[in-house]
Formats: sequence, C-alpha cells, structure tokens
Amino acid sequence: MTIIKILPLKQVPSKLAVIALICLFAIVSNVNAAETGATKKSMKLKPVQGQSDKVSKANVFNRLLKKDKNKNAPPAEDGIHDPANEGSHVLQPPKVAYVGLPTTEFGNYVDWVQALQKGYLKPRYDRMDPKVEPLVMDLDIVRPVKASMPDVVFPHKPHTQWLHCSNCHPKIFIPQKGANQINMAAIMLGEKCGVCHGKVSFPITTKSCKKCHSKPKPKNWKPPLSQASVKNPWR
Amino acid sequence: MKLSLDFIVKWKAILFALMGSVAIIMIPQSAPAEYADVVINNYADAAGMRPAVFPHWYHRIRFRCKVCHADLGFKFKAGGNKITMAKIIDGQFCGACHNGEISWSVENCGMCHSGIPGTPTQIHGSTIQKLVAPQYKALSDKKRVQ
Repeated sequence: MTIIKILPLKQVPSKLAVIALICLFAIVSNVNAAETGATKKSMKLKPVQGQSDKVSKANVFNRLLKKDKNKNAPPAEDGIHDPANEGSHVLQPPKVAYVGLPTTEFGNYVDWVQALQKGYLKPRYDRMDPKVEPLVMDLDIVRPVKASMPDVVFPHKPHTQWLHCSNCHPKIFIPQKGANQINMAAIMLGEKCGVCHGKVSFPITTKSCKKCHSKPKPKNWKPPLSQASVKNPWR
Repeated sequence: MKLSLDFIVKWKAILFALMGSVAIIMIPQSAPAEYADVVINNYADAAGMRPAVFPHWYHRIRFRCKVCHADLGFKFKAGGNKITMAKIIDGQFCGACHNGEISWSVENCGMCHSGIPGTPTQIHGSTIQKLVAPQYKALSDKKRVQ
C-alpha cells in the first residue's frame, strides 16, 4: 500500500508497464520475439519441471553446476573469438585436429600425454629442427600425503617429454627432497603444480584426482587424529 | 482494497523480472571456448584492435612446451610477457615463428587479433575461473614479494 502512495503508480496503466519491461528484457538478453511470450508467462514463478508443483524455482537441482554445452566448439562460435572478424573463420576448428587422438573427460578432452607417447603427435622439441630429440628423465618422485588421499607420484617422464628442466627448476620447484611445500589450495590458485595444471595441462576436477594421487596408502594406515580430538576432555 | 492488492502483486512480479534481467547481464556467461585458450588484452583494446587469442591446443600439437616456454622465454602467465607488435617484428615472442618462414607472417592481423573486443586477459577454462567462490584478487607486482 505504501509503495502505491509514494509512487503515482495508479496513473500508469500496468499492462503498458509490463510490455515495456518485457521489451527491455528482450533487448538486454537478446531474446527474440518468439521467446518474449514465454518470459511473460514465466513472471509468475513457475514450478520446476518434473517436480512437485510446490517446489519453488529457486530450489533447482545443481544450481551452480555449469555444463560444457558445446565442447570443442569451432573458433567463431566459442564465445571468445569475434564472429565478425574474418580471421576467426579461417582458424582450424579443434574437432578437426583432434580426430584419432586418445580422449579424456576433462580439459581439451584429449589425453595429450598418451597421444605423444603412442606417437599420434610429433611436436617439435626445437623451433627449427624436427629431428631434435627431447632429454627424457624417467624418475618417479613419491610425495607422502598427510591426509587420507593416496600419496602423490610425480612422474618426470611425461613432464620431460614436453618441458625442459629449466621450466620448473629451480624457480617453481627447488630440486631437493622436502624443500617444496605443496597444498591443493595453492595449486588451485595457480602456484606450484597449478602453474600449468588447471590452466593448460590437465585440470583439477574430481575426475583427475587419481592421476596424481595414485599410490595407495599401506593397508594398516589410519588417518592421524587431530589434536582437538586427542586432547578432547570428554573423550 | 482488493484492486490495490492485485496491484502490489503485479508490481512485485515486475520488480522480480527487472532484478532477474539485471542478474542475467551481471553473471559472466561461460563461453564454450577451448581449454587453455589465452586471451591477451594488455594493449590491444586501447590501440583499437581486437584482443589476441592464443590457442594452446593448436600449438602443442606442433611444438612441445619447451620451445616457447624455455627457448623463447614466454612466462607461464597470461598477459605476463608484455608482447607488442614491435617485439614481434623484431623476432621476439610470436615473431620467432610467425615470420613467414616457420609460420604465416604478421600481415594476417585478424588471425591473432580475433577476440571479442573488451574481453579481459585470461586463460579460458582455468581452475580459478571455475571456482564458485569469489576469486581472490591477485597482488600487484609491486606488492608481491618474490
């Protein structure tokens, strides 16, 4: 009631206002004429499809989970390249290049390490000379993990097939046992392994945990009790 | 009295729609671009060019990481190399290959400068971009203790 008293809304024909708002909505979200009818209807908060009429639209399933709808989209449709630019249409679409490569469930959906090791790719190690062979070091580093996750095994082999020692040592990782403190929060914010993993090389998702955390704990292993639990007076 | 209640309900709906439409504009839309595509917009927008887009996937099919990140001195940071066209025509950074010998030359402006104008510097699909919680603001280079 007070709103009506403050604003002279009674004079404004409400239908006109609704139409004006729909127009604004259509312009800002690039909705075409056919869809404006739907938005007009959806103003009365509709229940979620396939659920009870009483379930509010606010309580949708997987509210924050965004799916990759159009994976490996061609450049002109990928949301980063400008379709108005002629060059965007000349660029190779990723799907064309990925034919025959081993697949994964994350990142580019290509298993780059397998593709290289099985010979599906022959990337140059030298800018000019295709015959230069990489300096491969086959050394696995086991990093114990305090919590219940399996211990991390770092394989030098696939890394040295792509990279050079100087890419990581000594700036990112000090080449000395016990000198590098690593945690997942730092990795996800782009430090340590996160300098590449989660940006270019395979990303940090639930499906990729076991690629690093690959050495199971001994059978008699038990998770360490926290101090709050050990010193608990009510224990 | 009944009529005015109806009125309030209607205006509430309109307010909801307005807030909704504002929210739709504000939420960054996730683009289906390829994982690890780098948008570089240090100077491009200010110079009236589209931002440059670097497709990691295309280049890693042809070269190993070492070629650019060890030999050519590209840092592991989007926008961290301060690449300019002057440096490229001098044979640095992209210009080491994009010189008409190993790959096509710089006259093909639109092949690199193909991003949607105004797109900020980023690595597309990075973990930080996918975090649901608000992003931490990176410290500026001056504040960061190396």
